[in-house]
Amino acid sequence: MKLVTAIIKPFKLDDVRDALAEVGVQGVTVTEVKGFGRQKGHTELYRGAEYVVDFLPKVKIEVAIDAKQLDRVIEAITKAARTDKIGDGKIFVYDLEQVVRIRTGETGKDAL
Amino acid sequence: MFTHYSLKKLFGALGMLLLATLPMLAFGDEAAAPAPTPDKGDTSWMLVSTALVLMMSVPALALFYGGMVRSKNALSVLMQVFVVFSLITVLWCVYGYSLAFTEGGAWFGGFDRLFLKGTFDAATGAFSMGATFSKATPITELVFVAFQATFAAITGALILGAFVERVKFSAVLIFMVLWFTFAYIPIAHMVWFWMGPDAYTAANVVDAMNAKAGMLWQWGALDFAGGTVVHINAGVAGLVGAYLVGKRIGFGKEHMAPHNLTLTMIGASLLWVGWFGFNAGSALEANNSAALAFMNTFLATACAVLSWTFGEWIFKSKPSMLGAASGAVAGLVAITPAAGNVGIPGAFVIGTAAGLVCLWGVNQLKRWLKADDSLDVFGVHAVGGILGALLTGVFNSPDLGGPGFYNNWFEMKQGFGGIGAQVLIQAKAVGVTIVWSAVVAAVAYKIADWTVGLRVTPDEEREGLDTASHGESAYRL
Repeated sequence: MKLVTAIIKPFKLDDVRDALAEVGVQGVTVTEVKGFGRQKGHTELYRGAEYVVDFLPKVKIEVAIDAKQLDRVIEAITKAARTDKIGDGKIFVYDLEQVVRIRTGETGKDAL
Repeated sequence: MFTHYSLKKLFGALGMLLLATLPMLAFGDEAAAPAPTPDKGDTSWMLVSTALVLMMSVPALALFYGGMVRSKNALSVLMQVFVVFSLITVLWCVYGYSLAFTEGGAWFGGFDRLFLKGTFDAATGAFSMGATFSKATPITELVFVAFQATFAAITGALILGAFVERVKFSAVLIFMVLWFTFAYIPIAHMVWFWMGPDAYTAANVVDAMNAKAGMLWQWGALDFAGGTVVHINAGVAGLVGAYLVGKRIGFGKEHMAPHNLTLTMIGASLLWVGWFGFNAGSALEANNSAALAFMNTFLATACAVLSWTFGEWIFKSKPSMLGAASGAVAGLVAITPAAGNVGIPGAFVIGTAAGLVCLWGVNQLKRWLKADDSLDVFGVHAVGGILGALLTGVFNSPDLGGPGFYNNWFEMKQGFGGIGAQVLIQAKAVGVTIVWSAVVAAVAYKIADWTVGLRVTPDEEREGLDTASHGESAYRL
């Protein structure tokens, strides 16, 4: 099993959700986050005062999947979240040791 | 003998009475006519104007300022504006009105109207009358008291923007009592107190009546709705406060961007609406002068929004909402002394100039001054007020479309002494206001500092004044 974490532009969230549903992903966890990458921040000007905004708002999505789905999931996220402009985000993939469905106590792939 | 003496005394008294009535009889018809009563249109307009100026403080100024601070200090700003406005309103009715608007010296008025005594006679049901700018056109004095109360109260609230986010609440209250008493009242008296048009009953009393007016009024300074009294006065007190209270912790290093410019935009918009009461209401009548002030206030503000916006777009980076809102306030401030004193050409120029000059005021000038005047009370109100006061001297000229002014209140003749001469008078009035306000403010801040201290502790400042000073927070998200 794999845990796929993707940092994407907030306005791409709906596209990514639809793409994931199409490849059979059952559930997604979404968090609003802030951060910076090569895009860096931007400056804001309030009357005479200039402030550098270092951390830009992004959305983090987390998906737990069967290892067999990994390529399709990565492709779905990449296609849906891409704008070809700097700041599109990143995908991180981790091995996932165990999953438990709290309601039934099922474990492993059955709990995905 | 006794009777004879009594009769003699009685006749003597009657004779005195006759003698006393003679001057009245000499006026003939005028004395016999009943005293003029207030026009209901004037009264309605002035009551509405008064409520509009109240709205300029709460909520308009409070929202305008409150949106520009960080979220941890939002309530403290609303609270300061709310309480300072109420404090000064109470002081106004206790002694402020009397000292500002009754006959006294050139700097202060007298004590005739302490606690508004004499404005209403419960025994006869009679209300006292106040003067307007037309002969035989009184308004109920209490209407004038209320209208002017809102001016005094908003002036105090304007100063707050200079030292928000670190000032101690108790220090604010002490400062306001002192500054209101020794700066606002005398400047208001100097600029605005005069005997009223009905006092000019004959050509030979003109000089005597002029001599009873406030000092700057006697000099011939023109200030329609408070460029000197309200804006320069408050702006200078704010700058002195920014120096004496000191910079916010992290000023110039930490992120101190406005937390909610939506509130600021709502505040600026309500200020614009309320300012019609402030400026057009300062005509004291629902007449041509009010109409002129209304249109000028409308137009100059729109010009200033455009000039600030385009100035920012060209010289800085992008046209910003905060810039447009600031431009509106700059235009409103600058047209205040000019409102009924200039024509439409004056409104175009004053408004456009205000947007650009105040944009400079909050950028270049602010950097030169090296003060953390947090919400630019000096850069907008003092700079805009000075600009407006000086340009009033220019555009009052009938040659430039202005109405001129009455230089003889007996004959009610319009006149204008020349642009250079009038600008010089305006400049002197500005100078007196700057020096007076700065000195009083410095002493008042020092007294507040010695008694309770001007600032909260560094820990409280970092925590935010909402929880540290008032035990509540603006947002729970």
